[in-house]
Amino acid sequence: MSGATAEARARRHTTSVRLPVVGIRLPRRQLAVVGALAVAIVLLAVVALGTGDYPLSVPEVVAAMFATDGRFETTVVLEWRLPRVLVAIVFGGALALSGAVFQSLTRNPLGSPDIIGFATGSYTGALIVITLVGDSYFSTAGGAIVGGLLSAAVVYLLAYRRGVQGFRLIIVGIAVTAILHAVNTWLLLRAQVEVAMAASIWGAGSISLVDWDQALPAFAVLAALGLLLLALSGGMRQLELGDDAARAHGMRIEVSRLSLLVVGVALIAVVTASAGPIAFVALAAPQIASRLTRSAGLPLVASALTGALLLLAADFVAQHVLPSAVPVGMVTVVIGGLYLIGLLIGQAGRK
Amino acid sequence: MSTSRLHADGVTLAYDKRVISRDLSAEIPDDSFTVIVGPNACGKSTLLRAFSRLLKPDAGSVLLDGKAIDRYRPKEVARTIGLLPQTSVSPEGITVADLVARGRYPHQNLIRQWTSTDEAALWAAMEATNVESLSTRLLDELSGGQRQRVWVAMALAQETPILLLDEPTTYLDIAHQIDLLDLFANLHRAGNTIVAVLHDLNHAARYASHLIVMKDGAIVTTGAPNDIVTAELVEEVFGLSCLVIDDPVSHTPLVVPRGGQWQD
Repeated sequence: MSGATAEARARRHTTSVRLPVVGIRLPRRQLAVVGALAVAIVLLAVVALGTGDYPLSVPEVVAAMFATDGRFETTVVLEWRLPRVLVAIVFGGALALSGAVFQSLTRNPLGSPDIIGFATGSYTGALIVITLVGDSYFSTAGGAIVGGLLSAAVVYLLAYRRGVQGFRLIIVGIAVTAILHAVNTWLLLRAQVEVAMAASIWGAGSISLVDWDQALPAFAVLAALGLLLLALSGGMRQLELGDDAARAHGMRIEVSRLSLLVVGVALIAVVTASAGPIAFVALAAPQIASRLTRSAGLPLVASALTGALLLLAADFVAQHVLPSAVPVGMVTVVIGGLYLIGLLIGQAGRK
Repeated sequence: MSTSRLHADGVTLAYDKRVISRDLSAEIPDDSFTVIVGPNACGKSTLLRAFSRLLKPDAGSVLLDGKAIDRYRPKEVARTIGLLPQTSVSPEGITVADLVARGRYPHQNLIRQWTSTDEAALWAAMEATNVESLSTRLLDELSGGQRQRVWVAMALAQETPILLLDEPTTYLDIAHQIDLLDLFANLHRAGNTIVAVLHDLNHAARYASHLIVMKDGAIVTTGAPNDIVTAELVEEVFGLSCLVIDDPVSHTPLVVPRGGQWQD
């Protein structure tokens, strides 16, 4: 075989396109799906920006966004509605990435951070802070992040036996989730009524209370985590081949797995800190994205966009479609419950 | 002091506290097709795992070009030694080309991702293993023999001068076994050093240029099949009464077991 003919053949047969800057191979179908998802997000975002007590048409929304004369529509779109829409998009993407990381590490569509205890742990952390210190945004967020990381560390250590295997992580995670649920209930019962009310609203998962001052720091952290994940994604693809093959390819698998775990936990903890536990997006988005792109493993970019679209749509339903506005977490829990039942039936059917 | 690129120097190999081999020294002659044989649980796969950096010796060391293998950066080793593991998993929905491309990982880094060198290596590996026509097919749709060829292609795409194979022919029918062994023989002729763990003594005797015979975690003997494979050796190592005759096709030792009603 000669290198030249092989290369000529490569040019003829290849089904991938190479992105010139980073040189990452992306199958064409994946690119098409990513494009379609991006368009859908922009369209839904524009509709969401125009919907509410002060309705605006699509052209009016676009005009308001670019107007410089300080008209009322601009305030409505940019100050009142845009933060919530952007939060839905960014948080949805972050949740989906977190889900993709854990489902890839555990090789199981159930190995999602909202199933294996990290979201519940964040809630526990937030509850402890709310009942002890009081309800301020940054202390609650801090409590949620610490709670999420601690519960992840507990699950990791309990599941550790010469490295961590997916199935054990899931079982231990479900057990820890159950314990944390009990702790959360106990904390709520002990708290004063007003405190319990505030904590419950946060616990339902809502993005309605997030304003620019809270959103921007969260966006910055999530962007950094996203970049970090991109850097780790090559290792994630190797881990999908099993530990032996990954090691034979020169991976430090425990280092790589631990870094991925930390990034995955941080992604969901930052979101939970700001918005409370939002179920289902981390669970479903990577699976939907993988079916749409028909790609091997869980595609990160497509997962993030699917998550963004899901949370944006769920928030639209929570705000505008239901007779009275409810926290978005309620909507995702209902859809998520149905999805989970479908997933379990599907898995049972295959066995 | 050994002169070959890859050798184990007084290694103790253990899983947790269960010691498989103690103070074992073994050498892989350069440019050889070395086959490690021995009865089940004799430690042959364990030795291969030590050579491939998958198992860290409790004592002693595995040396590559005179330096302990765990003192290299892992990717550096992975550019010299490739491995076909005994069992591999694949993500659902992966295509042949995508899987083989993942063998290029040791040649890539954050800045240098996929280049034309990688593309050329990918296609050369698929061509050598005869799977290029399957490149866009899903791995899950292939037969066992085809799938094993794809895994070999992934190891080849790594472009390492030394290739380790852990029971590469197990679970394949006889035609696919020979097919695959011929492929390894071609790679050997093309200048690669091949080290394989094989179950079938006759395959080992036919394809190996160098045999390492193991029993109970220790090496019984080493050498060219024609020099060392005798009825006495097979009796001693496997406890099998047999006849060793000349293979009429390859003129290598052919082990013919006496068993059942034909026992002496």
